[in-house]
Amino acid sequence: MRIGRLPARKARILAARYLGAGVVTLLFLFPVYWLFMISFKTPDEIYHVPPLWIPGQIQFSNYYVLFKDGDVLAILNSLIVAGASSGIAIVLGTLCAYSLARFRTGGENLAMWIISQRMIPPIAVVFPIFLIYVYFGLVDGYFGLILLYTAFNLPYVIWMMRGYIVDVPLELEESALVDGLNRWEVIWKVVFPMVRPGLMATSVFTFVFAWNDFLFALVLTRTEVITFPVMLTHYFGGQSNFWAKIAAMSVLGTLPIFVAVSVMQRYLVRGISLGAVKG
Amino acid sequence: MADVKLSELHKYYGNVHAVRGVDLTIADGEFAVLVGPSGCGKSTLLRTIAGLEDLDGGTITIGGAVVNDLRPRERNIAMVFQNYALYPYLTVNENIAFGLRARKTPEIEIRKRVSEAAEMLGIGNFLQRYPRQLSGGQRQRVAIGRAIVRKADLFLFDEPLSNLDAQLRDEMRTEIKRLHHEITTTMIYVTHDQVEAMTLADRIVLLRDGKIEQQGAPLELFEQPRTGFVAGFLGSPSINLIPATLKANGAGAAVVFQSGDALTLPKARAESLINADGQQVLVGIRPQHFSRAGGPLRDGVVPYSAVADLIQPTGTRTFTTIKIGGFDAVAELQAHDVSSHGERIDLAIDLNRVVLIDPASGLVIA
Repeated sequence: MRIGRLPARKARILAARYLGAGVVTLLFLFPVYWLFMISFKTPDEIYHVPPLWIPGQIQFSNYYVLFKDGDVLAILNSLIVAGASSGIAIVLGTLCAYSLARFRTGGENLAMWIISQRMIPPIAVVFPIFLIYVYFGLVDGYFGLILLYTAFNLPYVIWMMRGYIVDVPLELEESALVDGLNRWEVIWKVVFPMVRPGLMATSVFTFVFAWNDFLFALVLTRTEVITFPVMLTHYFGGQSNFWAKIAAMSVLGTLPIFVAVSVMQRYLVRGISLGAVKG
Repeated sequence: MADVKLSELHKYYGNVHAVRGVDLTIADGEFAVLVGPSGCGKSTLLRTIAGLEDLDGGTITIGGAVVNDLRPRERNIAMVFQNYALYPYLTVNENIAFGLRARKTPEIEIRKRVSEAAEMLGIGNFLQRYPRQLSGGQRQRVAIGRAIVRKADLFLFDEPLSNLDAQLRDEMRTEIKRLHHEITTTMIYVTHDQVEAMTLADRIVLLRDGKIEQQGAPLELFEQPRTGFVAGFLGSPSINLIPATLKANGAGAAVVFQSGDALTLPKARAESLINADGQQVLVGIRPQHFSRAGGPLRDGVVPYSAVADLIQPTGTRTFTTIKIGGFDAVAELQAHDVSSHGERIDLAIDLNRVVLIDPASGLVIA
């Protein structure tokens, strides 16, 4: 149906809806826009009154400083820690979830007990963990953070993947077993393809959790392995805030998440809704 | 190709004794149908043969080899499931080839077998489609195709037609029967549908509460049931079972209903019943053994006058509910034998194949 043919009343309602949607979109996008703009501004432009909507010229000196001083290593650290921990959590968690779903490991209650681990307020455990880490020499290194994020993400992965795996019709696996696959091949060739959307969605969430964590990173890192959120706080000073650096670093820190979500978007929507309704 | 031998098979689910000492031998190339009401253990039995369930006792032999401890993939069987079990992310072609790839069959051989199977099942045009783009009947054909290409020793079917609508089910039933003629592999087929069982089977194995109630050729079970349960399970509409008292003496035998009506049993049947005089029985008369009276009555056929109650025409035959000895009974008559509710009709009942059941033991006594 063509818009021009709509009755006047319907057309007005439609226009109002689009207007409403546009306003909401602007409202949500504005902080992101502002962040990007600040990252391209000179200090004079940043403090200009009234605020400048668009910088006089696009210049990258704010980013250049981050690279020159080596601050961007924080992004690399975050990528390593978040990437490795979510990768490990996904592999281990999916296997655990398969075991829970198909072999009823631990009976009815183990799955619930596992997810309950995720309900502990992190602040309640952060100092005991710090003391243990100091004792074992794990502070300020990749391994300590990867271990911790893996541990924190595992319950989430297990819980989510268990739901997706339970929804895979058992006959698909039995048919494959009869057809000539062993259990590992069944997981690889039947279960993984069936739960791929859920797997992708879960991966994104675990990655984002590790990427955004501030509390543990603040307590467990010092000088060697500083992650992106912790690095950002270094720019907030008692006397002054380095808005240029804050903005540029924030943009760099947002990009990986942005890329991850856009690449996985196709799966995300399906993955989040998968299991909600039986197809 | 292989024969299958089950001996003293037991299977428990927790406290439930699902399979209780089943002994069964299925010959090479035979089409055996496991049939029974839901919960009788037929699917469990099939799944233990497939190796998808562990045994709690007994021995399974396929082609002379004990397979108790072999995994499903080591038993060289193919299985078709009720919900097709097609992989939604693979094309029809890849679905059919799945088992061959799993067994590292050479690519040339895979292509040859897939196209053979596709031709046999008439799904050659769908090979590049995905399962979601197929109808139920086509999906089941693909599932069967996936089994055929394996050239397995033994085919297992777990209620393969119960997701299909009635017309498709008839069609696929015919195709499965034809398939068995063409490939002559031993087949074990599970269903709760007695029509499927009767039409497909070389041998019906009727299960009840985890045990074999009776097994044999379809018509053998139909005509010579060993128990009231078998008599009642096979046949549609099902057999009429009417309580009565047996009267027998040297001169002959008759069943006397509670209403006082009596039916004289044929001479041939009477002789063995002399010792059962006075016994309570259920008289089993198949709906097909009623007919409209006309002309002289054959030996063993008795006249009976009844009032037509419910009339259900099917086109070819008309199922008519009447009262016999005070109980409802269904008579299967010719399409135009009865026209209106309340009509009095003169019937002839063929008692040559009447079944008399001891209500206490459930066993057929004559």
